[in-house]
Amino acid sequence: MIDSLYIAWKYISYNKIKTATLVACITLISFLPLSLQLLLVESERQLMSRAVSTPLVVGAKGSSLDLVMNTLYFDDEVPELITVDASNRVMETDLALPIPIYARFQARGNPIVGTTLDYFDFRGLKIAQGRQLAVLGDCVLGAKVAETLGLKPGDSLVSSPETLFDLAGVYPLKMKVVGVLEKSHTSDDLAVFVDLKTAWVIQGLGHGHEDVTKLRDPTLVLKRTEKNVAATAKLYHHTEITEENIDSFHFHGDLAQYPITAVIALPSDEKSGTILRGRYLSREETQQIVRPQDVIDGLLQNIFRIKNVLDAVISVVALATILAVLLVFALSLRLRQREIQTIFKLGCRRATIARLLTAEIFIIVIMSAVFCGAMIFLINQFSNDLVRMLFIR
Amino acid sequence: MWDVSKEMRTSSLSHIAYLTSLVIHFRLHTFINVGVSMIKIQALEFQYPSGEFRLSIDEFSITKGSKVAVIGPSGSGKTTLLNLIAGIMTPLKGAVGVGDIQVSGLDDRERRDFRITNIGFVFQDFELLDYLNVLDNILHPFRITGALTLDREVRARAVALAQEMGIGDKLKRNSNDLSHGEKQRVAICRALLPLPKLILADEATGNLDPENKGLILDLLFQSVEDHDATLLAVTHDYELLKRFDRVVDFEEFHQGEAA
Repeated sequence: MIDSLYIAWKYISYNKIKTATLVACITLISFLPLSLQLLLVESERQLMSRAVSTPLVVGAKGSSLDLVMNTLYFDDEVPELITVDASNRVMETDLALPIPIYARFQARGNPIVGTTLDYFDFRGLKIAQGRQLAVLGDCVLGAKVAETLGLKPGDSLVSSPETLFDLAGVYPLKMKVVGVLEKSHTSDDLAVFVDLKTAWVIQGLGHGHEDVTKLRDPTLVLKRTEKNVAATAKLYHHTEITEENIDSFHFHGDLAQYPITAVIALPSDEKSGTILRGRYLSREETQQIVRPQDVIDGLLQNIFRIKNVLDAVISVVALATILAVLLVFALSLRLRQREIQTIFKLGCRRATIARLLTAEIFIIVIMSAVFCGAMIFLINQFSNDLVRMLFIR
Repeated sequence: MWDVSKEMRTSSLSHIAYLTSLVIHFRLHTFINVGVSMIKIQALEFQYPSGEFRLSIDEFSITKGSKVAVIGPSGSGKTTLLNLIAGIMTPLKGAVGVGDIQVSGLDDRERRDFRITNIGFVFQDFELLDYLNVLDNILHPFRITGALTLDREVRARAVALAQEMGIGDKLKRNSNDLSHGEKQRVAICRALLPLPKLILADEATGNLDPENKGLILDLLFQSVEDHDATLLAVTHDYELLKRFDRVVDFEEFHQGEAA
């Protein structure tokens, strides 16, 4: 058998292009369904584990999927906004602890999540370096963000405008990195956490500027009355919150009406959760309460329905590939008729001729299996990140 | 000894005319030599299943250790004769014996084993494998059968044989990178390595220039003598016939039949 493998190897290494093509075909057709299955299983695990650990989410009526994907995985698709009142409403029921989430803005491609300190306790997120959020303008980075951007406590991070030409909209805010979280292998690794108020400053709802009552430049004042001073657009707004200017930052209007994207509700027990859900059933209700597990379950069912279609497509492609590979072997056999005739004339047994050809197929299949195995191993190693990059975020 | 000068006069036209002949009948009583026979054929009848070509030999033998040339026009059955002796083909009737073995009485597997251990075949087109280097081509018969064992001694013999043939410095070269003469030397090495009792050469010098023809024949004869083998060579090179111990002419027989 060793001699057959030796001769087969010599033939294979001499016909490099043919061998490479065959190996690539078999490798890809084996790799595709296996890797797809691997990624789907990992995505199911990730999606479900986070969904199961998040009991209830309150948000504006509309797409429950957008609401859950934004609240749990900080997806780019921002659901219709609700106000802090929605959080207060949950609190007033005494049925659950509300954690407001405002996941709307981004900093260098990473979502900025405005929330309260309860969120860190709820998710079990620990500070690896630095400290927790304390002052307006502070931000705490997910492990992957810190690693990717090369940031550490003491550095700063500037928020990105919502659109490039949004001159009158969101002002970039230079945030101070005060802490980096431990790796959690969830979407939290890819987020920038700030206090809700910092998120509102990014939006422009809270701002800091010179004391308008002490302005000396007349071009800065639009209208001055005894109670009120209206400043012109020339008035300088602070783009960074520092110890010197922090006192100048303030919010106009009722904070209860300030926007958030969702409220994570943590009911004290199952009964409280059920009662709370009942409070949002009214037809006139403008908000919805969802169980993320149900929403993600529905999503996964759709994904697996698509996977079944993909499996069918891959099966047809695999069949076509196998037929093509068989054709290549058949043509190769025909091309090698003279060689087969020669070794027959020399005295080679029938079984040996069959063994030579089998050895060739065996080596090609083994090479394909090794390549496929190596690629699957790599996919498996990075499946966690790949799933978040491809399917979640 | 066969009269070579008569063969030299054979015209190519008569060869072409001969191709139309459908039945070839041999009577080779005159060629039977006294001595130990290496090849012995008796009452042989052969016909291709798909064709009308027929070969009939009443009696034919070759003495052990002799160097015999077979000449005759294309299509006269020279290669068929070699194939029957090697057990590549089997006769419809009659007996083919090589040494003590009745080749025609062996089954397919036994014939293959017999061939690879007893016969050294040198082909006109060398039949080297392009994906193997020179050494691997020489060793090839040992890798394709369980009847031969490839060991250190065989490898050493292969290298020594290649050096004798003047290709010792080209062992690692791919067979495609060799000249015609070098390829034929490799083919001869491959045929001789299992130390066969009988060497069958099918137009072994057919594709070579005159200088290489002489050289290859020298090497072949030397090897046959060194290894105490017998040579049966089909050839069209009439100028080389005088170097053989015997010449068997298919055409001469045909003329005799026609007369």
